Amino acid sequence: MLRLLFLLLLVTPGPALAGPGGEAGRYMDTDDYIHGAFPDGSPAPRMLWISGDLRDAVERVLGHRFAALRVRYWHYGAKSVWILDEIGKELPITIGVTVVEGAIDNVRILEFRESRGWEVRYPFFTDQFVDARLEADGRLDRRIDGITGATLSVGAVTRIARVALLLDDNIKTTS
Amino acid sequence: MNIRKTMPLIAALLLASAASQAQQAPATIEELWEIVQRQQAEIDELRLELGEARAAMASTNDRVEETEARVEATGDYVESLATADTGAQKTTIGGYGELHYNSTRSDAGDSDEIDFHRFVLFFGHEFSDRIRFFSEFELEHSLAGDGAPGEVELEQAYAEYALTENTFAKTGLFLLPLGILNETHEPTTFYGVERNEVESIILPSTWWEAGAGLNGRLGSGLSWDAAVHSGLAMPTDGSSAFRVRSGRQKVAEAIASDWAYTMRLKYTGIRGVELAASYQYQSDPSQVAGDGLDAGQLFTAHAIFQRGIFGLRALYADWNFDGFAVEAAGADNQDGWFVEPSLRFSDKWGIYARYQDLDAARDQDKFTQSEFGLNYWPVAGVVLKVDYRMREHSLPELAPRDFDSLSLGFGYNF
Repeated sequence: MLRLLFLLLLVTPGPALAGPGGEAGRYMDTDDYIHGAFPDGSPAPRMLWISGDLRDAVERVLGHRFAALRVRYWHYGAKSVWILDEIGKELPITIGVTVVEGAIDNVRILEFRESRGWEVRYPFFTDQFVDARLEADGRLDRRIDGITGATLSVGAVTRIARVALLLDDNIKTTS
Repeated sequence: MNIRKTMPLIAALLLASAASQAQQAPATIEELWEIVQRQQAEIDELRLELGEARAAMASTNDRVEETEARVEATGDYVESLATADTGAQKTTIGGYGELHYNSTRSDAGDSDEIDFHRFVLFFGHEFSDRIRFFSEFELEHSLAGDGAPGEVELEQAYAEYALTENTFAKTGLFLLPLGILNETHEPTTFYGVERNEVESIILPSTWWEAGAGLNGRLGSGLSWDAAVHSGLAMPTDGSSAFRVRSGRQKVAEAIASDWAYTMRLKYTGIRGVELAASYQYQSDPSQVAGDGLDAGQLFTAHAIFQRGIFGLRALYADWNFDGFAVEAAGADNQDGWFVEPSLRFSDKWGIYARYQDLDAARDQDKFTQSEFGLNYWPVAGVVLKVDYRMREHSLPELAPRDFDSLSLGFGYNF
């Protein structure tokens, strides 16, 4: 019987098996996340060019080249929202970070595409970032406990939290 | 020039001029008219210049807006080129590797060896929102070919289909959901230069098979895996008789007469805690009927606790084989366990200790081993390791093979 199931799975295209519902590992739409951050109305998105010293700083945090020229963000008052992608091991994780007055208000995993490490979506992990700030050396002011089996995804989310704080600081400094 | 600022000046000049002339001699109407005419001409000229300046400013604003639009469009285009060239967001590459140096001392002989144990590249591709591909390609021991110590291996190559948001099916060649290291074994993620022996000898990591599997992720932190896949082909005679690790066919023209089935339950719903248990059934782990090795069952469980600087890993794995030959050889039960406390002082430093107890098929695979060591991560993707291992064999006649070993390691992943 199990062998029959195996053969069935082998010859049945995945999409044909797929039922209705959300996309794989997509836990929250970008629009929903932004609306949650600005319930009275989302501000128009803005573009921040990643160049010069800012690019150097971002790439130092990421440990690799930053592929995009610009980052789209949403900003109103003391709050800014950043939607950023980072690879843990194989494929990008889409991460939403809301920053208020230089401290993280929340981190959410919007879409997880990797084969392992999806546990980073859980609040017991993302809640560790609440109120985190950047220290002078660009590190977070607190320790983030990892998840075994999700080490690379944990690293990706932590890097993006630091980048979001860095970018938020940049728009505050330059505006 | 600003005409509003100019008007009071003109008025003052007129008054001053009139006053001066009044003191000297009264100006005639004609003279005053001439002065007014000249000044009106100047005013007209200034108005003309102001209009031209305003027009130029408007034109400049238009150009600035147009330039901004062009820059943004250029940004869009350049980013689209980057995406098209590299397949960014769709195709990704990564890799890891590890270099080991082992200096071993024992009564049976000393050895010093350096080995680039693993060089791995992985490629992933997102075909659609529902279908993704994962692969790993490995060169072991640096050199492969006839008479060379290494191998070129396809360690993973499977497509994952999303059936629902949290349920996935996969087909292809994939790592079995067993133990701690089998699926996640980048050198930056574990302590010790060499992987623990329980997950090498009892659970023959890295262990991959071909087949199909399902994975479900429940919101409570519970997840499950079920897979139907190719099985072992363990030797039943010779020096590696009933050795599980020697039974891996690596999906290389593998015998597929008898299949195997693996299930796992994993709980990660509490911060810093992972609990998992797996069960595997091998319908004939030798792939040969009537040879005295008829069926095999593997049970493994592990617990991981990580909070603050303190970490603890423990794993138990147990094989039970049926068949007259395996029972006669005393290899029908093979098991092992380890416990590993650790302290991670910062994101750069950590120390660990590990104790292992194994009872496998071969005499040299029955031993206890104590070890301790240190990991240093200069950056998140690079690790330097040092450890010291002390192995004691269970059988007295193998006591000369007991050893102490100092190991140094370098590992990376990106």
